[in-house]
Amino acid sequence: MLRSDYERDLSSLQADLAEMATHVEQATRRALNALETQDLALAQQIIDEDDHIDQLQDDLENKCVTLMATQQPTAIDLRALMSAVHIGVELERMGDYAEGIAKICLRIGDQPLLKPLIDIPRMADLALTMLDESLQCHANRDEWQARKICQDDDAVDDLYNQIYRELLTYMLQDPRNIERATYLLWVAHDLERIADRATNIAERVMWLVSGRTVGTGSMKSDRSLR
Amino acid sequence: MATTSMATRPAVRAINVGVYYGSNKVIEGVTMDMPENEITAIIGPSGAGKSTLLRCINRLNDLIEIFRMEGEMWFGDFNLYAPGSDPTQIRYRIGMVFQRPNPFPKSIYDNIAFGPRINGFKGNMDELVEQSLQGAALWDEVKDRLKESALSLSGGQQQRLCIARALAVEPSVILMDEPCSALDPIATLAIEELMQELKKTYSIVIVTHNMQQAGRVSDKTAFLLPDENRVAHLIEFGDTRTLFTNPTDERTEAYITGRFG
Repeated sequence: MLRSDYERDLSSLQADLAEMATHVEQATRRALNALETQDLALAQQIIDEDDHIDQLQDDLENKCVTLMATQQPTAIDLRALMSAVHIGVELERMGDYAEGIAKICLRIGDQPLLKPLIDIPRMADLALTMLDESLQCHANRDEWQARKICQDDDAVDDLYNQIYRELLTYMLQDPRNIERATYLLWVAHDLERIADRATNIAERVMWLVSGRTVGTGSMKSDRSLR
Repeated sequence: MATTSMATRPAVRAINVGVYYGSNKVIEGVTMDMPENEITAIIGPSGAGKSTLLRCINRLNDLIEIFRMEGEMWFGDFNLYAPGSDPTQIRYRIGMVFQRPNPFPKSIYDNIAFGPRINGFKGNMDELVEQSLQGAALWDEVKDRLKESALSLSGGQQQRLCIARALAVEPSVILMDEPCSALDPIATLAIEELMQELKKTYSIVIVTHNMQQAGRVSDKTAFLLPDENRVAHLIEFGDTRTLFTNPTDERTEAYITGRFG
């Protein structure tokens, strides 16, 4: 392999991750849309399309393994490859959360939603902004933006706690609400997890830039009630 | 178990090659296709017969009196060991670069011109020298000092000069016997880059005890290993990517992960 081909493969990892992230973002937005409009066909489509995200992660991982096995990357190159593998795993899991929301749509079926969706779309916006920014700071190798993303997670956790408390009141009010309230709680939980995974990506960027390990949870306070 | 690839047409084909020095068998039953316009690496521990196998390809072992080869070695449609075939002619078509750069104690120009002159080359020698040096990515560094001694060049330049010298007699296969083992990492990288250019025109077989180099540069990798009687066998042969990420034989796995050898 020419050194220039190796460099090209290394820089292509960013595009691979960006492609995965785009699919994750679209899947999440469409899953929220399917929930709001109770579009079961759309929900099923999102579930089916998750295979594509899995395939992208497989391809990325194979590319990284081959480069590691044949090119002996060191220092920043090695961290770039390791980071790409990690971030690929995070994105694949985020795709699963989007799929999870779509599955909840199918379970709700044609039962009316317990309440209009207000805070859940706000959570989704925050989480997906964090995802977008985490990929940006990976592309720019921006340690400071990465730190900011870790702090943004607090706002998502706060929203999640608020939704949780609100849904509890619905359940206490009438036990027949419990099933439908639980579905919405699961959706909020999936979104909270997406934001957490974006934080993991940001932590991975800090490691990529500095070479110092940032332990999970050390940067974010994790205020979600779990 | 050794596997062979039939995906690309072989430049060199070894069929059940065995090698003896006197009554000692040193290599047994090697069958492999070395494809055209690809780089085939031969790896293995010391004493695994890597160089011996490589030297079978251009009949360099013929110079050793007690050497005997069984099986067949084909160069395209040409049986290299057919009675009456001329080792000297074979070596023009199958060039070789050695472990240590070995330029003649002559000028840079004459190092390149030497082979073609002996060969009765009648064309434009200046052009041939330039082409050969260009082909070995050395021209820009030496074009203003062609009359200087080749021994004034650095080790890496000398090795590229030896490659240029091999190219001057218009081979189609280039054999390389640990061509970077005497070079520093920068000069090694220059040779590795050059190999990627050369494979567009030539087929390359390289012996290296540096398996990382095999991983970096080659398309196919052959792993040779001696058994308890010190007879070398081809343990595994296949695509380099596969061999380095998911070898089929546990001995290959042990070797490339540094568990022995």
